[in-house]
Amino acid sequence: MGVATYIKDEKDAIKEVILQSGIKVKPFYTPDDLARIGFDYKKDLGDTGEFPFTRSIHPLGFRSRNWTTRQYTGFGTPEETNERFKLMISHGQTGLNVAFDLPTQMGYDSDDEMAEGEVGRVGMAVDSLRDFEIAFKDIQLNRIGAGLTINAVASVMLAMYQSVAEGFGYKKAEISATPQNDILKEIVGRGAWIYPVEPAVRLIGDSIEYAMKELPRCNPVSICGYHIRESGCTPAQEISYAFLIAFAYMDNVIARGYTAEEFVGRFSFNLNIYGNLWETVAKFRAARKLWATLLRERYGVQNKKALFLRGIFGGGGSGMTKQQPENNIVRGAYYALAAALSGAQTTALCSFDEAYTIPTERAALLSLRTFQILMDEIGLRDTVDPLAGSYFMETLTREMEEKILEEMEKVEKMGGMVEAVASGYVQREVGRQAYEFERKLQAGEVTKVGVNKYTEGVDMEVELHEYNEEWARLQIERLRELKKERDNRAVSDSLKALKKAAQGQENVMPYLVDCCKGYATVGEMANVFRDVFGEYKEPGIF
Amino acid sequence: MAERNIRVLLAKPGLDGHDRGAKVVAHAMREAGMEIIYTGLHQTVASIVNQAVQEDVDVIGLSIMSGAHIPICKKLMGMIKDQGLEDKLVVVGGVIPNKDIPVLKELGVSGVFPGGTYFDDIVKFIKENAARN
Repeated sequence: MGVATYIKDEKDAIKEVILQSGIKVKPFYTPDDLARIGFDYKKDLGDTGEFPFTRSIHPLGFRSRNWTTRQYTGFGTPEETNERFKLMISHGQTGLNVAFDLPTQMGYDSDDEMAEGEVGRVGMAVDSLRDFEIAFKDIQLNRIGAGLTINAVASVMLAMYQSVAEGFGYKKAEISATPQNDILKEIVGRGAWIYPVEPAVRLIGDSIEYAMKELPRCNPVSICGYHIRESGCTPAQEISYAFLIAFAYMDNVIARGYTAEEFVGRFSFNLNIYGNLWETVAKFRAARKLWATLLRERYGVQNKKALFLRGIFGGGGSGMTKQQPENNIVRGAYYALAAALSGAQTTALCSFDEAYTIPTERAALLSLRTFQILMDEIGLRDTVDPLAGSYFMETLTREMEEKILEEMEKVEKMGGMVEAVASGYVQREVGRQAYEFERKLQAGEVTKVGVNKYTEGVDMEVELHEYNEEWARLQIERLRELKKERDNRAVSDSLKALKKAAQGQENVMPYLVDCCKGYATVGEMANVFRDVFGEYKEPGIF
Repeated sequence: MAERNIRVLLAKPGLDGHDRGAKVVAHAMREAGMEIIYTGLHQTVASIVNQAVQEDVDVIGLSIMSGAHIPICKKLMGMIKDQGLEDKLVVVGGVIPNKDIPVLKELGVSGVFPGGTYFDDIVKFIKENAARN
């Protein structure tokens, strides 16, 4: 996914290029294009690190700060995850990006019937604080940040991260966790939802409010345009939907009597890099500018740092193919180039085997090396925003900006993102784009090397990370022991207190921390919310 | 008697939430004239079998991306046998390594469509193999 549509003549000359966001690219650009869009350096770009941050949020970009690389890691048992974390850190990785298995993401303990066959399969299994104590053993939680790929029970996992850090003797003010905590994108594009939209958004509001006061270095929400793009939307829609989702969470917190200025600076984004190089770079330049502008205009945010579009911009898995998988190594290198030209601060790259499975050790290391080659060998750190001033790039950036606003307006006319998701509009639109792209791919109207062109007739088998049934056995055994050893009366009391908070208006986070510290399980806490909030029902969107 | 359209239950078993593939294929099958009932996410095997009976479908299609295709299909085929539903065609799509295809066929799955399979191939297979009354 992600390639533009090319209309060619019989001699293979390109007659027309239409980017996925619907923008036509001309054969060449001149100063006339800049005049046509009324290009103004100060207004449209500003110096690096200056409003509207089109060029960069840091004045010296990669010169002052190399990329934070954060490969997605975590599988099987907490012990294995811990070993992989330490390995990646020893190889120079500067942040962790934790993968959880599906039962954990869905709030089921490893011994739940729904967890059968899934324990440890796509990430680490976490039932209680005991598992976190193993997974983060010997990792300096005051020095290394951790992204937690968790959404429906992100509040639980943020509380658990605080609990493990405090148990190790760190102060809560010095830890830096970034839970994804974006339930609207789960409903639109990733599917790991549990609770109905409104209470789910309230839990996100609770964690933002709590982090504002208690966890100043944590980024309580990471809004993921990434997954919506993976599900099929265009690059412009990716940014539109991400911003609208951010506004929905902001509005929840503002309704509690805060101003956006107080907390929005800790928001971060998880956005997608793949597809057409130019469209990608323009997307990020436009996004930085629009985010700052909209926060200033709509929410009155003045603090410069609170206007930064911060986040992880990473290489999209759906660009990778299982046909001729070595080609993905090449694709990955170009996605990394796109990330660098886009001014990404933190990045991750899909490993070449990701079309099939979570990365193997060798593949994950290769992705890390890819970044290191770009940054340390070929000069991507030399200067900030090297494409600035290009007739083409500046025109395209403006056109992307207009497209993003146009898509936002469509949803805002429906009453905003919560309404547009609840009605199924966004899901339908994303599904339509996905089908449209797949149809074009199969008809040969868009090219994917090794898939519908330059095929070799050999579909190589890639290295799979095998599922080990032993993981489930070990987790369930540990869970049984835990339930025998812990103070079950205290657990039951802490769960009752959590339930009371959930039923009322109180922030649930301090209660979750109490539950976690007493070794209540993820399933027990998630079930308290299930009892109080019920479960989400998918609208008939197909 | 007029030939009725092929009815397909398209199901997402288990906890995996990646439904892009399922929805895209659902679109393509509907365009090919089939009636599609989509279960939505997070279904148990028992609930899939129940829906297949209630909706009186000809085909049960599973979309599985998590790697759990073998245990899920084992369970499904067992329930199908227990309930005497062997007339229903079972097909599976998703992230399926080539080496697992014979294992799935051995279990009684008729068609396996790994990611990237062309719509036409899926539609043709179902049209040729679905038992219709």
